Amino acid sequence: MNSKDEETIVNEKDFLVFENITKYFSSVKVLDQVNCTIKKGEVHALVGENGAGKSTLVKILAGVYPTPEYSGTIYLEGNPCDFKNIRHAEEAGVCIIYQELELIPSMSVSENIFLGYEPKNHGIIDHDRMYRDAAILLDQLNAATIHPETLVERLSVGKQQIVAICRALSKHAKIIIFDEPTSALSDSEVNILFSIIRNLKEQGVTCIYISHKLNRILEISESITVLRDGKSIISGPRDDFDEQALITHMVGRELEKKYPRCSHTAGDVVLEVRDFTVIDPSIPKTLVDHVSFSVRTGEILGFAGLMGAGRTELFMALFGAYDDYDITGEVYLNGTLLSIKTPRDAIKRGIGLVVENRKEHGLVSCMHIINNSILANIPNMVSSFGTIDENLAIKQTETYAQEFSLRYSSLEQLVGSLSGGNQQKVVISKSLMPNPTVLIMDEPTRGIDVKAKFDIYNIMNKLIDEGVAIVMVSSELPEILGMSDRIMVMCEGKLTGEVFYHDATQEKIMEYATKIKE
Amino acid sequence: MKEQKTPLLNRIHIESLGIRSFAMVGALIIIWVLFTILTDGTFISVRNLSNLFRLTGIMGILVIGMVGCLVSGVFDLSIGSVVGLTGAITGILLEQMGMHYLVAFSISLLVGVAIGVWQGFWIAYRGVPAFIVTLGGMMIFRGITVLVTNGCSIPISNRPFAVFGQGYMPQWLNIVIGVFGVIAFILFDQQHRNKRKSYNFALQSSLLMMLKYIAMLVIVAVFVFSLNSYQGIPYSVVILIIFYLLFAFIYNKTQYGRYVYAVGGNQVAAKLSGIDIKKIYMKVFIIMGLLSALAGNLLTSRLATATPNAGNGFELDTIASCVIGGISLAGGRGALFGAIVGTLVMTSLENGMSLMNMTAAWQDVVKGLILLSAVWFDVANKKK
Repeated sequence: MNSKDEETIVNEKDFLVFENITKYFSSVKVLDQVNCTIKKGEVHALVGENGAGKSTLVKILAGVYPTPEYSGTIYLEGNPCDFKNIRHAEEAGVCIIYQELELIPSMSVSENIFLGYEPKNHGIIDHDRMYRDAAILLDQLNAATIHPETLVERLSVGKQQIVAICRALSKHAKIIIFDEPTSALSDSEVNILFSIIRNLKEQGVTCIYISHKLNRILEISESITVLRDGKSIISGPRDDFDEQALITHMVGRELEKKYPRCSHTAGDVVLEVRDFTVIDPSIPKTLVDHVSFSVRTGEILGFAGLMGAGRTELFMALFGAYDDYDITGEVYLNGTLLSIKTPRDAIKRGIGLVVENRKEHGLVSCMHIINNSILANIPNMVSSFGTIDENLAIKQTETYAQEFSLRYSSLEQLVGSLSGGNQQKVVISKSLMPNPTVLIMDEPTRGIDVKAKFDIYNIMNKLIDEGVAIVMVSSELPEILGMSDRIMVMCEGKLTGEVFYHDATQEKIMEYATKIKE
Repeated sequence: MKEQKTPLLNRIHIESLGIRSFAMVGALIIIWVLFTILTDGTFISVRNLSNLFRLTGIMGILVIGMVGCLVSGVFDLSIGSVVGLTGAITGILLEQMGMHYLVAFSISLLVGVAIGVWQGFWIAYRGVPAFIVTLGGMMIFRGITVLVTNGCSIPISNRPFAVFGQGYMPQWLNIVIGVFGVIAFILFDQQHRNKRKSYNFALQSSLLMMLKYIAMLVIVAVFVFSLNSYQGIPYSVVILIIFYLLFAFIYNKTQYGRYVYAVGGNQVAAKLSGIDIKKIYMKVFIIMGLLSALAGNLLTSRLATATPNAGNGFELDTIASCVIGGISLAGGRGALFGAIVGTLVMTSLENGMSLMNMTAAWQDVVKGLILLSAVWFDVANKKK
């Protein structure tokens, strides 16, 4: 036996190995000792809920997060690799195709394919060669109908994806990672993509495939790894799994009793939404599709679903936050039809929104706690000449800060220097100051520590006792199950299910959340 | 419930107590001492200072408006042209139509407001970037100025109007106002301090407080008595002080002011908090238009002529003054006081270098370098 053969066999089997990969984002552990082995030339699917760590794992492989930012080792063809940046990973043959295809719309297909790696002749870009090579690559993917000189913005999303794949191929990729490739594609486009992936496989390219669409995963992959809460749960050949089994592995966590559930009695309907539809006319895409539901006083209505299900869009539209989308449907508050054009209207009518992304949409980080907390309530705090009543502002801020056990050194501390949990409490204070009758909380506990989470759950219970109706949008299933009285599930802009909490299980919700109407 | 103070938090408090503004005052003093030495004392002569303050009066009015623009995250490149146009309109109304100076002045201010409405409309309600709208405005209003004046200067002989930019306050009134000013300052500060104390907020130390009062007293006394020893305080300086106090109040204490900072700090968060961003931008540009017209009239009055190229380049000098004074071009940060000190720095540089017979070209080089280093100082400090 010669040792070279042996090595080749090892390489075939353990082409790509993730060993004990652990990664933190500030203090939050997002990957916990992940192990995974991928064979050469196979299509390997990574499956898991939002936040399970799939994208983070592949980003480590692609050099987005270089070594000191994670621990553990990645072996490529038996050698530990230590990519310092994306380019370094690309040179080693690892390419990633993101969901938001990172193409430059105003440049041509061939320019996009060779961006950063333009064929040059004495330092001048050789356009002829670039054009010729692009045509060869497109032909390789049976996509000769795409002209290399077309501007990318004129192509459909499916064709743009083919361009992105060509870009990966032009770098002689050994491994191509597809991160949520099908979310924006039509069914026929998905079929084309799949034939391309099979084609790549024949050429010996290894594909890592990340998606939420379980039926599609089972169709294309040869082996599957399930991630849950940053841990690798199970890995195996495709035939070991069916849809039900995948769901069970994805959500099969022990539910801890860490939620302060109180018994609430639902009262009258406060907010009723009928046939609510949101369309982004620029793509065009239906983001929210004829959604109807109602919220009662004294209940927490949970909104579950996977990323891109349209929950945030539904409530941002309802809140009047969008200027450019076509919005139809009726919203009734206590039986009266509302016309909400701007967030100002919504706040005046008694609707509060705790936004999903507190840093970008919630806080003015160069202002201090008081100014952030009172921001939505200033019209109720002005006396003569539009002067803000500072005493009232400070008193109200202090009341909320104490009630929410906010940790601060001074109320004049800039909110940018607070921890995530405390920032979230400021955002909630801001939404509560104008005394809303319905409070919408979008991902109220994302990225914050356990103590702050618990504080926020207690705040929610207290608000319910005070007669506020709460809508909680959350992608964390345990939170949905632990806090909601009633759960609505959305998938691809549509409402796909409604469950009362005592009937709800993680599996049931995940089934609704992945129920794609074919 | 309250955490131990960390050094970082301490620094933030120090910043919020206006140490940066004090640093600016320090830089200003150094510049003054330097020019006094370099010009053998001509710089510090009362006659020169009177001149310097009058120039600061006009620039300061523009800076007050520009602070609103920059803090809310936009800028206005048209103000130099608006200064020229409104000055020319006053000149025409006074000299060619023989109107009463108050009528001419009011019409000119209304034109400034109308320009603000025009630019605000395109920016807020039509979504054209402020850079483009005001760059266009810069050309449009300069063009109109040349058209209405036929490209010729209009000498102004109206006496009452000339007093406005050239005259001085009666000397006894200066002393009275000075005394009341210092007393009012101390009273307001004490009230503010007591309020902060009752909320357990960070306070300036008593020593710093006393130093501040003494500094205030000395500055006001020196200012009033030295200017009185020449001819008194120029009206344009009094106008600047009045507008400074008014806008310090507006930017710090009112709903509008808070919204300006919020919109510049995070436009999306401001909108989602129920702020009508379009209305804020509309108001910002109307105020800017009004103040530009006021500055245009002050300048015309001071020069006793309306020239078609009056105010040329003021927009960039104004922005530079704001930036030197600590206003962030990214929006949301900076205080009016700092910007006014920044204006004094810029006008002092200009005045001092002119006294040293430096050519305009060299003055530009120096001003540019000062601007660069002031911002670099900020950037480097932030990184620490």
